[in-house]
Amino acid sequence: MNWAVIIPLLIFLIVIFLVGIWSNRKLAKAEGFLSDYFLGSREFGGLVLAMTMVATYGSASSFLGGPGAAYTIGFGWVLLAMSQVATGYFVLLILGKKFAIVSRRYNAVTLVDFLKERYKSTTVVLLSAFSIIVFLFSAMAAQWVGGAYLIQSLTGINYVAALFIFTLSVLVYVTIGGFRAVVITDTVQGIVMFFGTLLLLIAVIVAGGGISNIFSDLVSINPNMITPFGHDGSLSAAYVSSYWILVGVGVVAVPQVAVRAMSYKDSKSMHRAIMIGTVVVGTIMFGMHLIGVFARPILPGIEVADQVIPLVALEVLPPWAAGLLLAAPLAAIMSTVDSLLLLVSSTVVKDLYINYVKPKATENQVKQVSMGVTALIGIVAFLLAISPPDLMIFLNLFAFGGLEAAFMWPLILGLYWKHANKTGAIASMITGIGSYIAIHFYNQAYGDLFGVHTVTVPVFLSLIVCIVFSLAFKQKAYEFPVQNIKKEA
Amino acid sequence: MENKKGKQERRFAIANREALIGCALAVINFVWWYGFAYGLGSKPPEEYTYILGFPAWIFFSVILGTLFMFGLVFLAVNFLLTDISLEDEDESEEAEDEVMNV
Repeated sequence: MNWAVIIPLLIFLIVIFLVGIWSNRKLAKAEGFLSDYFLGSREFGGLVLAMTMVATYGSASSFLGGPGAAYTIGFGWVLLAMSQVATGYFVLLILGKKFAIVSRRYNAVTLVDFLKERYKSTTVVLLSAFSIIVFLFSAMAAQWVGGAYLIQSLTGINYVAALFIFTLSVLVYVTIGGFRAVVITDTVQGIVMFFGTLLLLIAVIVAGGGISNIFSDLVSINPNMITPFGHDGSLSAAYVSSYWILVGVGVVAVPQVAVRAMSYKDSKSMHRAIMIGTVVVGTIMFGMHLIGVFARPILPGIEVADQVIPLVALEVLPPWAAGLLLAAPLAAIMSTVDSLLLLVSSTVVKDLYINYVKPKATENQVKQVSMGVTALIGIVAFLLAISPPDLMIFLNLFAFGGLEAAFMWPLILGLYWKHANKTGAIASMITGIGSYIAIHFYNQAYGDLFGVHTVTVPVFLSLIVCIVFSLAFKQKAYEFPVQNIKKEA
Repeated sequence: MENKKGKQERRFAIANREALIGCALAVINFVWWYGFAYGLGSKPPEEYTYILGFPAWIFFSVILGTLFMFGLVFLAVNFLLTDISLEDEDESEEAEDEVMNV
């Protein structure tokens, strides 16, 4: 074992534990358990909001899969990754103040809460809760696997033991600390990711003998690496552009990101978060993917491309710095997993248990059920991850795109179009998920439809369906309530 | 009640405008990104010109484009967005709310 690498990682884990305990004490003093546990009492400022959005969004694929793809494919993939800069400003501007005002008035703690009040339909609630649980659970399990692999590759302990350490560290702070713990650790993790990226980028450029030198090495390996079209020239402009929907503007409808757009304190926090978030997400995405390509001449023969970041860090940095830096991908994974875990658990507790199983549950019952469900989901994910599915990014993107296709229009049109109604929302969700799955299998069998990513067509289809069905089954135009609907939050 | 409704309309109008600003930023971002990447990058790599060690398309689209968006987002936030209250304040907090609306 390489203790110089492991000690910084351990310190990082201990800090995370302390945050969980601190949040738990704060939670004990908070007024409404549910809104504090699942939303941290909506009191977050600009830096914390920006960091939690970036950290939630930036997952294993930003630090392992993405740079791995850049290592293999070259600058075409760096270009593709930069579509993610849009998430920094787009999500907060589009959901914006309206979502924050309305969700306060609704006492909404989850995305499903919002849809429930806006459309007043049990079908919408069940459909959205079901898709969140199915899709996000699979995304979470994939991240779980990623986290364990990373611990395994850093420490050399076996996979199940690594998985156990990962599960234990995540479960403890999420279960006892709730959203506040998740968000504060996200902030710590986001800062680690940001500075870690800068540090590693500089070290890689130095190790490669300067930028010009690296480019001439890349050209001698394969000149296509420095074109926008990929190492084999197969990356079309249409395909790369379609990632603007998947990982750019579509992120607005990803539940774990959207829920953060209701958690901030005031409009000043939101303004600051837009600026900080754009800079942080831009820097991390650019830096990490650039490192992926630049690592090619430094370490030419990496077989599993996903390991490029850990390997290059160990190659170009002194061990203690590598350990500190490799806390970054681990942080990215943990901060995604913790949010997903809490979101799935809030869906089960808030959207299913309180709505349909036990509407009159006491504060204490809700508390026990919330923590119990959170722990249980984590343990199930652990058990599933013991014999892991192969394609980590694949599962992750599947969940991502499927949820975008399902929620995008019910959410956005629900906010900005008063004629959007439950028929439109239900039809849009079914169309979104259904066509996503259908086109996914079509693309696997016959190549990409229209040469674009799977998510593209379902997003347009679900828009059309949402509008057509809302108009065909027209209801009275919706007005948002002008004051808080008095209800226990 | 009427008063409250008027206030709601005003805040929602601001929110709608800011959502459109978000769309405009994304469109500008996309056009810059696409234009430079495929405008300068679509020739054989031997013919690339280099700026600060990077091929021109990477420099303009990926690096300068990102810095340009950072700048544009700062300008948009500082000059186009409006500070509003997100709470449904009671009448007593009305005065404070007015102060916040610049």
